[in-house]
Amino acid sequence: MTDKDIMNLHPQVFYPLWKRSPLFILTLISIFTYLIFSINYFNFSLNDLLNGFSKMKPILISMVTWNDFFTWNFNSILIGILQTLSMAFLGTIAASIVSIPLGLLASRQVVKISLPRFIIRRFLDFIRGVDILIWALIFVRAFGLGPLSGVLAIFVADTGTLSKLYSEAADNSDNKPIEGLVSSGATKISTLRFGLIPQVMPIFISQSLYFFESNSRSAVILGIVGAGGIGLQLSERMKAQYWDQAFFIILLILIMVAVIDRVSRALREKLINE
Amino acid sequence: MSESLIKNHNERLKGLIRKRRFWNIFLSIGILLGLIFSSKIIDINASRLLSGLPRLGDYVAQILPSLETNSLFLDSKTEGSISYWYFNLPKYLHLLFETFNMALVATIIGSSIALFLSFFAAKNTAPNSLIYFITRRTLEFFRGVPEIIFAILFVWALGIGPIAGIIAMMLHTTGSLGKLFSEVHENSDVRPREALKASGGNWFSEMKFGLLPQVLPNLISYILLRFEINIRASTILGFVGAGGIGQELYLVINFNYYEEVSAIIFLIILTVISIDILSGYLRKNIIEAE
Repeated sequence: MTDKDIMNLHPQVFYPLWKRSPLFILTLISIFTYLIFSINYFNFSLNDLLNGFSKMKPILISMVTWNDFFTWNFNSILIGILQTLSMAFLGTIAASIVSIPLGLLASRQVVKISLPRFIIRRFLDFIRGVDILIWALIFVRAFGLGPLSGVLAIFVADTGTLSKLYSEAADNSDNKPIEGLVSSGATKISTLRFGLIPQVMPIFISQSLYFFESNSRSAVILGIVGAGGIGLQLSERMKAQYWDQAFFIILLILIMVAVIDRVSRALREKLINE
Repeated sequence: MSESLIKNHNERLKGLIRKRRFWNIFLSIGILLGLIFSSKIIDINASRLLSGLPRLGDYVAQILPSLETNSLFLDSKTEGSISYWYFNLPKYLHLLFETFNMALVATIIGSSIALFLSFFAAKNTAPNSLIYFITRRTLEFFRGVPEIIFAILFVWALGIGPIAGIIAMMLHTTGSLGKLFSEVHENSDVRPREALKASGGNWFSEMKFGLLPQVLPNLISYILLRFEINIRASTILGFVGAGGIGQELYLVINFNYYEEVSAIIFLIILTVISIDILSGYLRKNIIEAE
């Protein structure tokens, strides 16, 4: 069989690209057109970009030259990191505690009537629509600068997400233990306690751990709007253009997040296996 | 016989309960210690919380609009109407459009770069282990640093405006999507690629015909998910001057233009939720079509 025979055997494979997958070409063209539109829309100019990047060169150099390393204020950096971790911890714990009743109330498994479930779900959607940094900004206006506002921001933002995840975990739980309890005449409370909670608790805990992990990340940036922690130290140093110290803090943050990731992953695996 | 079975069972049950109890106590003590320690560090206590709560209530009451039912649909000159509350709507819509475009451009460019890099960051497609290692670490750095930190840096270098925000989001998108894409590559079926290799295909055609067709639905679904995340991110990057509606929100919060705060926040929520729903719908269809 020559190449020509094969081509005659399966002609559709050898059509030109636009005929074989018009959708693909169409997508490419529309993305390309959109990018050209956005260059205009954002007044993007390569010149400005290159100018900006050339301005960044001294910053990048000063980021990695640590001349006066031993004179830096390590104390405030350490306190910043501890504050960030505490904010993440308190926020996650508070959100988890509130999310258990909220999540159960928003679950099909617990509340059979759809109206209260619907109201709680829309309320949670509303909370989740607002970014954590916006919450932080609002709490800073109400409570003043400091980590307390950060804790509250994490608490509110996480309640929105955790309750939803908890309610989904409860929705997906097995019906049989619950039915067994109901058929043997258990009360509503003990049905929940012995039928549902043992199934969902490991999931709840592992999700909370996961959120602690992601919160230690988001707690970092809360300091930028004045909610304390290591983010405050970082943004102060960036404003004062102490790029070397700022870069040092960024490295510390990366290490901190990596360590927490490892620990929390190990704990989660342990919990799920138990 | 049956007695020993029951005995055995009881022993096992006791062991399980003991184990469970140990974990419960371990966790409770850990949490308790953590609570004490962390509340000490950030100096949180009941009296501070309680004294702050009424202030929070006041603030929320102030930012909520004072709508009146009998003048709800009157023009923007009348206090208590919706159009009075949203008198600045054209400006908001303009800013929302900018926010949307920032997220879209950053997602498109970021995911393109991520797709390119992901081949070098997946164990089964990387040409050698040195390139694999370098790409992995680079991607880790780009997704480890929060985008708002990048935004501060780029605002400093490129000036205030959406370009700084786009580049910041783009870097973060590259970092996280690059990792996700490479994991998808690693989980892909190796047989189509082996067949191509056996019939004499080169690396490029191996990727194009053996790998991409399998992973594309997954990649698109990840891109859509990232787009949702970027929409959220682009609403806050303005806090540091990187464009979008966040810049206006930061301004009205700091200048205490109370009712505008809630007006903008409601608009943001509306945008975020509708994009989430739309993209969730698309994602579901893509995965089901697979």
